[in-house]
Amino acid sequence: MKYIDEYRNAGLARKLVDEIHRVTTRPWALMEVCGGQTHTLVKQGIDEALPPGVRMIHGPGCPVCVTPLEQIDKALVIAARPDVIFTSYGDMLRVPGSSTDLLSLKARGADVRIVYSPLDAVRIAAANPDRQVVFFAIGFETTAPANAMAIRQAARLGLGNFSVLVSHVLVPPAMCAILESPTNQVQAFLAAGHVCAVMGWTEYEPIAERYHVPIVVTGFEPLDLLEGILMAIRQLEQGRAEVENQYARAVKREGNREAQDTIFRVFDVGDRKWRGIGMIPASGYHLRPEYARFDAEARFDVGMITTAEHPACIAGEILQGTKTPLECTAYGVLCSPQKPLGAPMVSAEGVCSAYHAAGRGLAAPGAVPLYELKRPVGEAMK
Amino acid sequence: MCLGIPGKVVEIRDDGPLRMARVDFGGVRKEACLVYVPEVQLGDYVIVHVGFAISQLDEEEAMRTLEMLRAIDAEGVAMELGSMGGAAAPATRGSA
Amino acid sequence: MSDRRVAVDPFGGFAEEPAGKPDPANLACPAPIPERARVLLGHGSGGQLSAALMRDVIAPALAAVTPGGPLNDAAVVEVAGARLAFTTDSFVVSPLEFPGGDIGELAVNGTVNDLAMMGAQPVALSLAYVIEEGLPIEDLRRVTESVARAAGRAGVRIVTGDTKVVGRGAADALFVNTAGIGLVAPGVSVAADRAAIGDAVLLSGPIGLHGIAIMSVREGLDFEVEIASDTQPLNGLVAAIVAACPDVHVLRDPTRGGLASALNEIAAASGAGIELREETIPIPGPVHAACEMLGLDPLHVANEGKLVAIVPASSAEAVLAAMRAVPEGAEAVEIGCVVADHPSMVTMRTIVGSQRIVDMLVGEQLPRIC
Repeated sequence: MKYIDEYRNAGLARKLVDEIHRVTTRPWALMEVCGGQTHTLVKQGIDEALPPGVRMIHGPGCPVCVTPLEQIDKALVIAARPDVIFTSYGDMLRVPGSSTDLLSLKARGADVRIVYSPLDAVRIAAANPDRQVVFFAIGFETTAPANAMAIRQAARLGLGNFSVLVSHVLVPPAMCAILESPTNQVQAFLAAGHVCAVMGWTEYEPIAERYHVPIVVTGFEPLDLLEGILMAIRQLEQGRAEVENQYARAVKREGNREAQDTIFRVFDVGDRKWRGIGMIPASGYHLRPEYARFDAEARFDVGMITTAEHPACIAGEILQGTKTPLECTAYGVLCSPQKPLGAPMVSAEGVCSAYHAAGRGLAAPGAVPLYELKRPVGEAMK
Repeated sequence: MCLGIPGKVVEIRDDGPLRMARVDFGGVRKEACLVYVPEVQLGDYVIVHVGFAISQLDEEEAMRTLEMLRAIDAEGVAMELGSMGGAAAPATRGSA
Repeated sequence: MSDRRVAVDPFGGFAEEPAGKPDPANLACPAPIPERARVLLGHGSGGQLSAALMRDVIAPALAAVTPGGPLNDAAVVEVAGARLAFTTDSFVVSPLEFPGGDIGELAVNGTVNDLAMMGAQPVALSLAYVIEEGLPIEDLRRVTESVARAAGRAGVRIVTGDTKVVGRGAADALFVNTAGIGLVAPGVSVAADRAAIGDAVLLSGPIGLHGIAIMSVREGLDFEVEIASDTQPLNGLVAAIVAACPDVHVLRDPTRGGLASALNEIAAASGAGIELREETIPIPGPVHAACEMLGLDPLHVANEGKLVAIVPASSAEAVLAAMRAVPEGAEAVEIGCVVADHPSMVTMRTIVGSQRIVDMLVGEQLPRIC
C-alpha cells in the first residue's frame, strides 16, 4: 500500500534503531499517548529494540480504555431497550461494564450494530423511523469531526429518532495531568499523529515550555515511531524542549481548520472522567445547548448507575503508565483477552491486550490452554 | 484514535449535502466524506478515519521524510523503496 | 476425565447478572467456570473461544461415546482393513453468495478439504439443508447447481441427503451440512501432533482472500475490493504432496481463525514451537489494504482454498515442486520451520528484528477504529 509499506522497510528500521543507540548516552523515559502507537510498538517489538536505558511508558491513549465506566453502563442500559438500535464502533463491543458488555447483550437479543462511520448510524436512523437509533460517540479529537458532522446531518435531516451517547476525551489535558502527578517519570512525549492532524500542535507548545518536555508529533508506522523516538531522544540529549513534527506528511501546525470549526459548533469543552484515572478538568467534549436534543443521556432514563470495577484490575495504574501489565497479579491468570477484567485487556490497542497478544510475561500461549491431542488422529479407532 | 489510513481519491460526488468520494486504499475502495478537505481533487491522497478524510497527504513531505531516513546512514547505501518515485505523477494539486 | 459443567443461565434482568454460579447438585471440578453462560458468536470463530467450548462443554458431555480425545474436524475409522476418513461440517455463511462463490461451493469444498487434510481422497458426500421459510426457490436451485459443479470438480459424488424447512427467522436463509467419507492410502499418517523439530512449514498460497471477500459484503462494512474467495477443493494438491512425500507429517487448511490459529493448534498438539518469517508470508495487496482499513490481522483471516503442509526438511524442496506443479499450489512457499524453542508457541520475526508471538484468534473478529 502506498504511503504505508514504505514506512515498514526493514532496512531503514534497523538503521533507525542503530542511530537511536548511537545518540543515546543516558537513560530516558518517553511516553506515547495513542493506542495505535502502543499497538505498533509492542507488536513490532520496537520498545524492546531500544537501548537498555530508554523506556517507553504507555500512556492513556486508548479511548476505548478510558471511556468512563458510567458511560459504558449507560450504553448497556440503553442498548438493552427493545425500541433501540444501538450503534457503535467495533472496538467498544467487548469492553466490560460493571456486569456485562455490548457483545453479550447482543447475544441475548439486543439490537447492537457495528458501524464503520458515524454517517452509517445516521443512515440507519433515517431508514428506521419507528426505532430509536443511538450512536456511541467515543474517541479522542481525531474522531470528533466525524461524530460532529453526523450530528449536524441528523439535525439537517430532522431525525428525531437519532441521539448520541458522547464520551470524547482530549489528549493535552491528559498529558498535563500526567506531568503534574508527583510520581511522574515521563521526560518526553510522542504526540498522537492523527489527533494533531485535526487539532494541530499549537496546544502542545505551552506544555513543552511549561514542563520542559520535548513533544514530537509522530505517525503510526514502525519507521514513524522510530524516527519520532529518535527526534525526542535527540532533544533530550541536547537539553531542548520543543514541539517537533515527525508526521509532516499529514500534520500541519494549525491542523484542520474546517474540522475544528465543526467540532466547536457541536461540542463544548468540559470536565470528563477518565476510567482508571479520575476526573480531569476540561478534558472532554459535551454537546452544545443547540444540539442538546441529541443527547442520549437526556433522552433515555438510564436510572441510577452504580459502577463497580473488578477489584483485581489495576487499569488506572496501567493507563497512567505507573505500572506495566507484568506487575499486575491478574494479568494472564484471571485476566485475559477472552475473560477481560478491564478495558486495557479488551481493546485491541490497550496496553494489556498488546502485551498479551505478544505473549509477554506469559508462560504458556494465551491464558486458555488448548486441548491436547493425546493420540494421533490418524490412528484407528477400536 | 488512530486508525487512519492513506488512500487515493478516485471519484468525487458533489451532488449531495456532503462532498463524498470513492477512495482507493491499495485495491480496496470505500466511500469517504471530503467535507473537511475541500481542496482535495481527483488523484490526491487523503488520510481517512471512520469514513472522513481528516487530512490531505502531502506527497512532497512524504518523499522528504523517506529521503531523510535514507540519509541517516553516512555510508549512503541506497535503499530500495519500491514504487515510491516511479508511480505516475499525481494530478495537479493546490497548495501543499 | 473431569466432569465440568457449565452454569445454567441464572440471568434475570440485566442489573443482577452474576458471573455464573455452579450448580451445587452436580459434581463440579473447581476449575474456572466460563464467565458467560450463553454461546456467543465468538464460539464459532475458530479461535480460543471455540477451543474452549469444545474442551469445556462438548467433549466432556460426549466422553462416554467418543474415542477418548477431542473431536476433530475429521476422524479415521478402520473398516474391514481399510482406513476411512469421516468428517462433517455445517455452513452458515451469510450472505449466501459472495465474491468468488456461494454456500453450496463452500459446503462441498470444505468437506472435501477436511478429508484431504487427513491425507484421504474423498469418496462420497451427503448434503443436508435446513431452509428458512421464504427463501426464493431460485436461490435454492442456484446453490444446489453450485454444489453439483463443485462436486464434479472435486471428483466426488453426492450420495444421500436431507431437506428440512423451518419457520421464518429460525434459520439465516439457508444452513447447509455436508458429511463425507474418504479413503486413506496405506502408509499415510497425517496428524496434528506429528510436527517434528526441524520440519519445514509450507503454505500453498496467498492468505486472507476468503475472509476479506466475505467481510466486503457484510452489512455495515461494505467495501469494494477485487478479491474473490479462494474456495477450491484441495484433494488434487494433497495427492501431489503425498506422492512426493508419503510421510507428510501435518496437513491443515487454515479456515476459521486463519493461519495463526491453525499453526497454534498444531504447535500445541505437537508440543513443538513454530517460527515464521514475516516477509515470506504471501498476502495479496487488497487483503493487506482491507486489513489495514478494518484493523484486522491477516493471519487471523479465514481461508478456504489453502493448506499448510509440515514435512521433514529433507523433503521440503520436492514437496514444494510438486505443489507448484498443480494450479492450487502454484504459489506455494516455505514460511517457517518447527523448532525446539518455545514449545506450543508460534513466533514471527518482525521488521526491527524482534520475535513476536503470533497468537490465536480470540472470539469473533471485530473491525476496529483505533
